[in-house]
Amino acid sequence: MSNIDLSVNIGSLKLKNPVLLASGTVGYGNEISQLTDISKLGGIVTKSLSLKPRKGNPPQRIVETPSGMLNAIGLANVGVEVFIKEKIPFLKELNTTLICNIAASSIEEYVECVKILTSEETIQAFEINVSCPNVREGGLIFGNDLSSVGRITEQVRAATNKPIIIKLSPNVPKIADFAEIVKKEGGDAVSAINTLVGASFDIYTKRPKIKNITGGLSGPAIKPVAIAKVLEIKRNVDIPIIGIGGIMNWKDAAEFMIVGASAIQVGTANFINPNIGNEIVDGLAEFCEQQKIAKLSEMIGSYQI
Amino acid sequence: MLIEKSILEAKRQLGTRIFQIRLLSPKIAKLAKPGQFCNIKVSESDFPLLRRPFSISNVEGDSIYFLFDIHGEGTKILSEKALGDELDILGPLGNGFSYEGNYSTALIVAGGLGSAPFPFLTSKLDKKEIASFVGARNSSLILTEDLQNVQVATDDGSLEFKGTVVELLTSYIEKNNLNSFRIFSCGPNPMLKALQQICVERNYDCQISIECAMACGFGICQGCPVETTDGEGYKLVCKDGPVFEAKEIKL
Repeated sequence: MSNIDLSVNIGSLKLKNPVLLASGTVGYGNEISQLTDISKLGGIVTKSLSLKPRKGNPPQRIVETPSGMLNAIGLANVGVEVFIKEKIPFLKELNTTLICNIAASSIEEYVECVKILTSEETIQAFEINVSCPNVREGGLIFGNDLSSVGRITEQVRAATNKPIIIKLSPNVPKIADFAEIVKKEGGDAVSAINTLVGASFDIYTKRPKIKNITGGLSGPAIKPVAIAKVLEIKRNVDIPIIGIGGIMNWKDAAEFMIVGASAIQVGTANFINPNIGNEIVDGLAEFCEQQKIAKLSEMIGSYQI
Repeated sequence: MLIEKSILEAKRQLGTRIFQIRLLSPKIAKLAKPGQFCNIKVSESDFPLLRRPFSISNVEGDSIYFLFDIHGEGTKILSEKALGDELDILGPLGNGFSYEGNYSTALIVAGGLGSAPFPFLTSKLDKKEIASFVGARNSSLILTEDLQNVQVATDDGSLEFKGTVVELLTSYIEKNNLNSFRIFSCGPNPMLKALQQICVERNYDCQISIECAMACGFGICQGCPVETTDGEGYKLVCKDGPVFEAKEIKL
């Protein structure tokens, strides 16, 4: 499998292979690196960072649902300052592409975070989270509003020369419109999709199973939704797409690439098998060999309809 | 921590819904400390999706013991495993009990399945006096195997002391005029809360092992927060716990 070219490009960002670990499912790399070799992956996306530390939502934060899970973590994170001081030195040594995910409650905060972080050489790109369903201010309020997504893209673009990826919400009627405005305002790529809003109640206590009442649904349950959203963007907008949503194995990853994803992110599956990213890289390489595909990037958008 | 494919070597039913299993897991057995846990994948399919956390009950050579009751689909599937079946186990996880130090008596306080981690701890306490206190709603839920010097409390009085295990413990401490001891506890939250209150009031040296729904078990999902008493926010049950100083957290 050594002669197969697994590399892909997300705009100007070159990845050695298309497998990224999704924000919020890999922390800042330190814990999961004890269980998998991060240097073999295309890259990792950090837990969402905000300007100041956020302690996150009270428990219960997660619950398993059919073929999925709901989470309402509330963007618990160490904040930009501690990230630079305590997390960057470790991430520097990982020999993988580092994409820094930013979450904020105002456009100014997004810009401020990116301005501070853009001088860090270790960070190769930014993923802007405009679609967290679990915080009151910011998050979905931005993600569901076209003009807000446009303004955030425009202003973050002005703050950095590094590639910008906007992480889109699936909780909108037409996701392609959002990808269109990201492209128009100078964004390099979109990630699709963030979690779907969901809820789960206990029938005996009649109370929500997670304290936040609603949470973000992830896992295999959302894969068909994500596939449809990626395809919708691919057919309407010429912008690189990072496919996310319920990827559990290399076949799921291949499916996302076929409908138009230039790269993919593995999320919930990391909680169950922390080595799954590498298993997907190997699986894709074997698939290419078997299918006589010399360059994995040929698979991107190769769907037949 | 590591992932090990482990063979089910033995299974015993200890009550209507309570099971003990023994798994051949040499690498994890070698690393395990009392109070740590493992996150077990009970099926090869996506159902149930997530691993299930279980306290390490004991370690003997290359084998690990777990104790569990059937309370959902995951534990039901686990109870139906056959000898020779392979399970995918992630562990050992979390910080265990810290049992070294200058105290003469270890007081073990367990509620129901909260007995699970204590056979392993007991096996490491050979230089200490041990008194164990086990409580449950009724006698059928009392688990005392491999514990030492056990006294039992049942809510309905169906076995030994009628009342709570915390009442039983405090009367023991007072009667025996103990002053150099450390309490190790695990059990349902209301029990731990009652114990915590007494330990904070009387400044007792006490460690509690707590439970929380979790996904990954090693700190990346941030799904299992517990609020700290210092006002600094949350710690994670999986990575910072599951054992905490009683005064350190809000239950």
